[in-house]
Amino acid sequence: MTRDEAFLQFLLRMGDNTLILGHRVSEWCGHAPVLEEDIALANTALDLIGQTQMWLGLAGEIDGGQSADDLAFLRDAWDFRNVLLVEVPNEDFGRTLMRQFLFDAWHSITLGRLLTSSDERVAAIAAKAGKEAAYHLERSSDTVVGLGDGTQESHDRMQQALDYLWPYVGEMFACDEVDTAMVAAGIAPNPADLRDEYYALVQRVLTEATLTIPDSGFAHKGGRDGRMHTEHLGHLLTQMQWLQRAYPGASW
Amino acid sequence: MDRVPTDQIWEWLDAVPDPEIPVISVVDLGIVRDVQWNAETLKVTVTPTYSGCPATSVIKLDIESALRDHGINMVQIETSIAPAWTTDWLSDKGRARLEEYGIAPPQPAGDPERCPHCGSTAVEKVSQFGSTPCKAHWRCTDCLEPFDYFKCI
Repeated sequence: MTRDEAFLQFLLRMGDNTLILGHRVSEWCGHAPVLEEDIALANTALDLIGQTQMWLGLAGEIDGGQSADDLAFLRDAWDFRNVLLVEVPNEDFGRTLMRQFLFDAWHSITLGRLLTSSDERVAAIAAKAGKEAAYHLERSSDTVVGLGDGTQESHDRMQQALDYLWPYVGEMFACDEVDTAMVAAGIAPNPADLRDEYYALVQRVLTEATLTIPDSGFAHKGGRDGRMHTEHLGHLLTQMQWLQRAYPGASW
Repeated sequence: MDRVPTDQIWEWLDAVPDPEIPVISVVDLGIVRDVQWNAETLKVTVTPTYSGCPATSVIKLDIESALRDHGINMVQIETSIAPAWTTDWLSDKGRARLEEYGIAPPQPAGDPERCPHCGSTAVEKVSQFGSTPCKAHWRCTDCLEPFDYFKCI
């Protein structure tokens, strides 16, 4: 794998994470339990889609002049490089916020490291996106604590959400040849090196939320290398890409 | 035509309202980063507030049409994301106008200083997000009015 090929994969991973999570979160628009939460989720989704434009915009630029829209709407499931965590269905509000928290913590730490990337375009995107991610993390942490340390019902649902989602956390810290190439080029950190900081942050918030991290070290994998996405991604794409598939080239 | 001095251009741009918060201009908001003549073309550099803010494309159109109204037809709008926009770039005039309009201006401490309606410091957060990406939703526990707070980033 050449350095340029690895760089493209890295950018697709960053952009596909924010794209797929942004789409998932946007599914709440008009359905959230209260208006304020509806607005908050829609705003979070909007930030994530905005960040996608920057990551996939750069990916398309180095990959033969495609646009971010081309990459978002014209690829099929096996070409996506997002971690499995972001494609799992929303289920209830609690699981949506737990997924958001588990992602925000990783996202915020990763973007912090990318500030010193040797590629100044990557550093610039990280600086822009990092401010938004820090804000998202503040909110998802507060909500996880509020619901985890809330009523018996909300506590039980948050614990179930954590039990369900925890096996999807490990993939964010996997390291393969793409990561090795990015580390060698000084573009991105080794994800495995972020694990301790992540665990410390997540452990602190989850303890405050009176929730218990499951004991299992098992990790579902296959999203960030595109080897095996969950069945859910294809269903998500049928919604997200419907317009471009029904009316190729449509614009407004 | 002769090149209009950039001071004059800045003044014209200061009359272009933000599409979501029309009491402040795009210059007050701090998103116009640079104005430069490049031969016969005027280059205006704009930075987005939030990466997904849908107002950004409207703002570019508004800037272009305002300059065209002043007789400048060759306009190139460039988007720059670095350095990232910060609420530190809001002008003092903009901050004062926000408060008069009922939006609490951003505070480095993180929370609004006072209710923009009655001035009370007894305020509480309703939600970290509000009606646009740049605002949060707060309320005053004295006058009981809700208000928007311009998030400090």
